[in-house]
Amino acid sequence: MSATTATAHAPAAHAGHHELGFIRTYIFSTDHKMIARQFLFLGLAMFILGGVLALVVRWQLAWPETPIPGLGWLLSDTGGVLEPAEYNMAFTMHATIMIFFVVMPILAGAFGNFCIPLMIGARDMAFPFLNMLSFWVAALAALLMLIGFFVPGGHAAAGWTAYAPLSAVPEFTGTDWGQNLWCISLFVLGISSLMGSINYITTVINMRAPGMKFFRMPLVVWAMFITAILLLLALPVLTSAVAMLLFDRWLGTSWFKPSGGGEPLLWQHLFWYFGHPEVYILILPAMGIASEILPVFARKPIFGYHAMVFSMIAIAFLSWIVYGHHMFVSGMNPALGMAFMVTTMIIAVPSAIKTFNWLGTLWGGRIRFTLPMLNALAFVWMFVIGGLSGIFMASTPVDIYIQDTYFIVAHIHYVVFGGSIFGAFAAIYYWFPKMFGRMMNTVLGHLHFWPTFLFFNLTFFPMHILGVGGQMRRIYNPLQYEFLQHQQHWNVIITIGAIGLALSQIPFFVNFVWSLVKGAPAPVNPWQANTLEWTAPSPPPHLNWGATVPTVYRGPYEYSSPEAAEDWLPQSRPPLRGAPTGRH
Amino acid sequence: MLSWWLPENVSTFGQDVDWMFHLIYYITAAVFVLVTVTFLSFIALYRDRPGRRARFTHGNTAVEIVWTVVPALILVILTFLSVPAWSKIKMTMPPTDTVIQVTAKQFNWQVTYPGPDGRFGTEDDKTFIDEMHVPVGKPVRVVLRSQDVIHSFFVPQFRLKQDAVPGREISAWFEVTRPGKYELPCAELCGFGHSGMRGWIYAHPAEEYARWVAENVGAGAAPAAEPKTDAAAGGPTPAATQEGGKATR
Repeated sequence: MSATTATAHAPAAHAGHHELGFIRTYIFSTDHKMIARQFLFLGLAMFILGGVLALVVRWQLAWPETPIPGLGWLLSDTGGVLEPAEYNMAFTMHATIMIFFVVMPILAGAFGNFCIPLMIGARDMAFPFLNMLSFWVAALAALLMLIGFFVPGGHAAAGWTAYAPLSAVPEFTGTDWGQNLWCISLFVLGISSLMGSINYITTVINMRAPGMKFFRMPLVVWAMFITAILLLLALPVLTSAVAMLLFDRWLGTSWFKPSGGGEPLLWQHLFWYFGHPEVYILILPAMGIASEILPVFARKPIFGYHAMVFSMIAIAFLSWIVYGHHMFVSGMNPALGMAFMVTTMIIAVPSAIKTFNWLGTLWGGRIRFTLPMLNALAFVWMFVIGGLSGIFMASTPVDIYIQDTYFIVAHIHYVVFGGSIFGAFAAIYYWFPKMFGRMMNTVLGHLHFWPTFLFFNLTFFPMHILGVGGQMRRIYNPLQYEFLQHQQHWNVIITIGAIGLALSQIPFFVNFVWSLVKGAPAPVNPWQANTLEWTAPSPPPHLNWGATVPTVYRGPYEYSSPEAAEDWLPQSRPPLRGAPTGRH
Repeated sequence: MLSWWLPENVSTFGQDVDWMFHLIYYITAAVFVLVTVTFLSFIALYRDRPGRRARFTHGNTAVEIVWTVVPALILVILTFLSVPAWSKIKMTMPPTDTVIQVTAKQFNWQVTYPGPDGRFGTEDDKTFIDEMHVPVGKPVRVVLRSQDVIHSFFVPQFRLKQDAVPGREISAWFEVTRPGKYELPCAELCGFGHSGMRGWIYAHPAEEYARWVAENVGAGAAPAAEPKTDAAAGGPTPAATQEGGKATR
């Protein structure tokens, strides 16, 4: 450990002759860029699994209790028909995998790791060994989660929210080791997240390049920094809660079981005290990514840099005191519900500020419709829908009706797919050249973006209608209810959309793999961007820069500045003698 | 607009919920249209064209204050407008003599009436499975309990939802405005039989309800309902066919 940190801090002399073996370079690497790639590969692989589970759920909802094509071998008892317990398992694991093993590894894991050191001008993370450990512990968590699919009784089936006592007593779901492994895996993942977040926070505070003041940091670094603080404070609550749940299941404690004097609502308080900051852990990095990409391709400074930073900080603070809106009809004191309504309405304000600032950034720009930009624009637009639909749930009387219906499913997917996943795609298209030293294919990129955007809306927008019609989430067969019969055609349309959405990811994966091997070599700064990562070679070597790290002279978004002849002005370019040094 | 998507409302407070829903719907729709028009026209107007340089600006404090304060005001107003309906539905309990106990279990609603003595927990209580009869035009108080996991008492057409939590007794109320037969699904995941856990609420005009009570609960003459101890054996509805529940305690 001490040796690795020493190298990270004593750079230039060793940078040239740093010969590490295959295992130290590609597997147990302490290089933040390699760890970023590992997180990215983990997230993308799990994305396929999570997507397949979603399709299984969708098939059942559109054509209930009919054989699922291609799954006859797996569900041989029923000839390919999904049974209710398996259905519960499918949606539980879809959400668990997408949230914990796709969005978090890709956004916080991969791009947090990749961006923070490169964009603040550091040679690596503050604790490279801890960083490596953080990935491998996350990989262990993923492995444990995957093993759950193969144990008798099947995987966890109590929803990703694992409400006790359903999750606390094996007889209630019939799941034994599946739910145990679910708890253990998330416990292990909590440890990984703890290591990662401490590392991110320390790195941002201590390892910024000369001249990189806090208010010269790129917004994506701010976003990752704030996300890391949320991770540090929120994940341990979940880690403790799943440990308590496991004790209830194994050791006969009664934290959440009323039969032994426990309190089911305690689980909900703990879970959502983690769970609501978690939503912002999923979306803040994507907000940062959009804030990073919009100025580059609008060739304009970000509109209201300080407002962007302070609104993210406000979101982070408020995210701790809104969680009760998940529990309006749970039996929690309704007076408390009213207090949570107030805070929930308030947290919409910083999100609104960010949206208007993104629009302000586009105003008067010279917009280049590159693939990262298209995905970032889609993020902004879809996030608006996800944000606005949240206001319905914030209003307590409306939530009485909307709670636990497809309206909430629509809302969360507009935020997490429309927001986080489009943010992830934007980030991949934007940083791929730096990450792998090759450009991604534009034609395949368009073949991915446009159908994805179209089918995304076809899949998730009608869910609002289903929810308003009253369709409950997590039901196995809508046709069992008379009041839902008349809107079944929407379920069919949604499933067709979901199949299209899944197929639209094929060009992406083809493009990703093909470009890794055969993509055109990437120049140092293909997008003519200002931030520091674009001053390092593509891909950057171990320790990122040669003899010296760059010095920072200005903020990250000085596009089209009158100070420069070109329409960009890198953070590290020294000012002309006598010229003003620009803002910040 | 959109009202044809909401199921028909038949409860007194349902119109308050629907009014709030529609208000938010119109406000968010207007905001969405405004943002979308701005967004799309900026994209079209400011696309990259030769010979033009992007506007070099870092923001505008006045504009930023406006777009902070205006949404904040709208949201504060929405909060205040939400308070009366919420306190009416969840924080007040209108006086009523119609009290019904609903005990949820995997995967049925056990609906208990107090019987001729008017008290719960006595020998003459009458329990029905997945079937509830209520009067129209009178507040009905439902005392919700659960004997295993969390369930949620959801009557879409009453705009009412309230979780039933094991170990707790939670009261909810409603007043139906029109006679009819209304679905009562469970809205909280409660196990493999969650889907299909559903009861029916029959709302009768006052006289008809009195007759139903006299015949089935009150007068003590041969009750049509099965005794509550047979609850787990399975009732006539589809929900009850799924192994008749798995009460473990």
